[in-house]
Amino acid sequence: MDTILGPECMNSNEKIQGWMPRERFDELFGALSALGYTCYGPQVRDHAIVYARITSSGELPRGVTDAQQPGSYRLTHSEGGRWFDWANGPQALKPLLFAPRESLWRVARDAQGRLSFTPAAERPAKIALIGARACDLAALRLQDQHFLEGAYVDEAYAARRRNLLVVAVNCTRPASTCFCVSTGDGPRAASGFDIALTELDDGFVAEAGSPVGGEILGTLVFDAASRVQVKDADEAIAQGAQQQVRSLPSRNLRDVLFDNLDHPRWDDVAARCLSCGNCTSVCPTCFCHRETEEPQLDGTASGHLREWDSCFTQGHSYIHGLTVRAATRERYRQWLTHKLGSWHDQYGRSGCVGCGRCIAWCPVGIDIAEEATALHGGGK
Amino acid sequence: MTASPYLPLEARIADRHQESDTVFTLDLELTDAIARAAYRFEPGQFNMVYLYGVGEVAISIVSDPDDEHALGHTIRRVGRVTNGIAKLRKGDCLGIRGPYGRGWPVEEAQGRDVVLITGGLGCAPVVGVINYIVRRRDLFGHVTIIQGVKHSADLIWRGRYEQWATLPDTQVLLAADVAGPGWPWHQGRVTALLDQATLNPANTIVMMCGPEIMMRLTIDILLQRGIREQDIWLSMERNMQCAVGHCGHCQYGPQFVCKDGPVFCYPEVKALFGVSGF
Ligand SMILES: Cc1cc2nc3c(=O)[nH]c(=O)nc-3n(C[C@H](O)[C@H](O)[C@H](O)COP(=O)(O)OP(=O)(O)OC[C@H]3O[C@@H](n4cnc5c(N)ncnc54)[C@H](O)[C@@H]3O)c2cc1C
Ligand code: SF4
Ligand code: SF4
Ligand code: FES
Repeated sequence: MDTILGPECMNSNEKIQGWMPRERFDELFGALSALGYTCYGPQVRDHAIVYARITSSGELPRGVTDAQQPGSYRLTHSEGGRWFDWANGPQALKPLLFAPRESLWRVARDAQGRLSFTPAAERPAKIALIGARACDLAALRLQDQHFLEGAYVDEAYAARRRNLLVVAVNCTRPASTCFCVSTGDGPRAASGFDIALTELDDGFVAEAGSPVGGEILGTLVFDAASRVQVKDADEAIAQGAQQQVRSLPSRNLRDVLFDNLDHPRWDDVAARCLSCGNCTSVCPTCFCHRETEEPQLDGTASGHLREWDSCFTQGHSYIHGLTVRAATRERYRQWLTHKLGSWHDQYGRSGCVGCGRCIAWCPVGIDIAEEATALHGGGK
Repeated sequence: MTASPYLPLEARIADRHQESDTVFTLDLELTDAIARAAYRFEPGQFNMVYLYGVGEVAISIVSDPDDEHALGHTIRRVGRVTNGIAKLRKGDCLGIRGPYGRGWPVEEAQGRDVVLITGGLGCAPVVGVINYIVRRRDLFGHVTIIQGVKHSADLIWRGRYEQWATLPDTQVLLAADVAGPGWPWHQGRVTALLDQATLNPANTIVMMCGPEIMMRLTIDILLQRGIREQDIWLSMERNMQCAVGHCGHCQYGPQFVCKDGPVFCYPEVKALFGVSGF
């Protein structure tokens, strides 16, 4: 038996699931680097799990899990020594594709004052990201819609996107802040991956989500997963789903929010919100950015950059003589009415994928699900 | 690889006119002959104008789309970028990219009465469409031009208004909140001028721009006079960084002003119009 999981498995209706014993996981790194990919995977950095360059399973967060609460994220020890026994840390896939700060173009000015503009010519590396969660894949889909599917295509994002390969790992240990079940985005990765894995004690149930994913799994020649292994994996994901304690009151809150723009809850949350913008930085779907200029001191050239921005900043809504959203109440209301409201008009669904990051990383523990519920409950 | 939507093209200042203390017009010419020949725009669309080493600002194109020569931009100097642009002289270079957005409904307006209203200093986008209509006078019905300024000295292009007033079937109504000596027109709010306008609600289309408060009061009066909501069009301003729907700054509820506007049909923005914070 050569390939259980070859590219042809993509053509059959029945999903074929393979079994990757834990001790053979490192072969995945070899297969990916043979195809020219630089691997990124979860690692512990500064007391948090982030995605960083990785070359072997030894660098994975072995025996580590997290405890997340509104305004709190702590790493703790996990029994059993699994590698993916944690829920998402602060960083999503977003920075790999939509860079926090990058050059858009440069302009040179000659002695006559003539200007010549050159686009930033980045040749992005081929990146294989190991350990992506379902919520982040849903967010990636939304960022794709935003940057690639409108009238104008963001070429830098497109180039990095073309070079990205995703190895998803289904979530079996959501945090108390997670609510992807309620948004319909997890915990099982349903699409948007090349390979999806579910971790069990002695190995992984593996499934291909794209022809290239099938090819990679095919070259590793794994056995088919047994019925028991598949059942255990399904149960682990289902159990993860059941552990989720938070939810949004509805998948479409657009009308509720826009009908309640004068709700007293906006004042209530504004009294707690610091307008720091942490929520927008950690949110995997937020796309706002500003453009800035870096002129060279000798006056012969200047760089034009973009960097992440947030609707919580003063400058975001500044027009000459007026800051449209000077007050925190208006900024929080913009964030929520956009995220859970007008995204439906713009992208056909809510802009929240239930990752819970904005809850854990809010310094004062403001909980989007709780705010939405309060606004939903109290109609005018 | 397709071109980056963020990349400006070099343009030369072919001509410069000082219109008032703070307002000037630049006629810009793309220096690349192929880009110049390919450039097309519609009245009400805008360019992102780049000042070397400082940044970009959104500026409406006020010249006529059928003009072969340079692209007109009438700019009021208010801050970082526009103060710098104000110092440039004929022959200097800057960058432009565009045109962006949805312009005025000039096709829909054909054969109908047109009311053009501007207030404050937000005149540039509407003056572009006035010029457009005046040049094609036969295609439109009765034309009413209403302009309000804070101080009579703020009115630029006085001669043009006087000339427009002499055209057949054309009414020009001007108002200044504060009128200096020699102001022959109304003193007071622009909204008061609407009483003097002859409106035929069944066949009128309104295009306006200016401060949102003024537009709101004007819309109320227009609706009272029987103008239908869908016949009212307005140009909006929000912070703009990218102009291509990516940066998120110009959002107005579900709309991106840069790509869905800047010209909107009133029902498209009605739900939030006048709600502060959007
Ligand atoms: C669609 C559109 C068309 C416009 N057409 C014209 C025109 O024809 N003539 C004209 O004089 N002005 C026009 N404006 C306004 C013009 O863009 C601002 O006056 C200009 O951006 C101010 O920049 P500044 O750096 O000089 O001022 P600052 O006050 O120093 O502003 C700093 C930055 O904030 C942003 N910003 C400030 N005000 C505005 C604003 N009103 N709109 C968008 N971004 C802003 C810009 O990024 C600007 O560089 C238009 C604006 C929009 C949105
Ligand atoms: S709004 Fe909060 S929970 Fe929803 S996707 Fe963004 S960070 Fe995650
Ligand atoms: S407006 Fe606010 S909520 Fe919407 S994408 Fe921008 S930063 Fe995120
Ligand atoms: S100006 Fe960037 S989205 Fe409209």
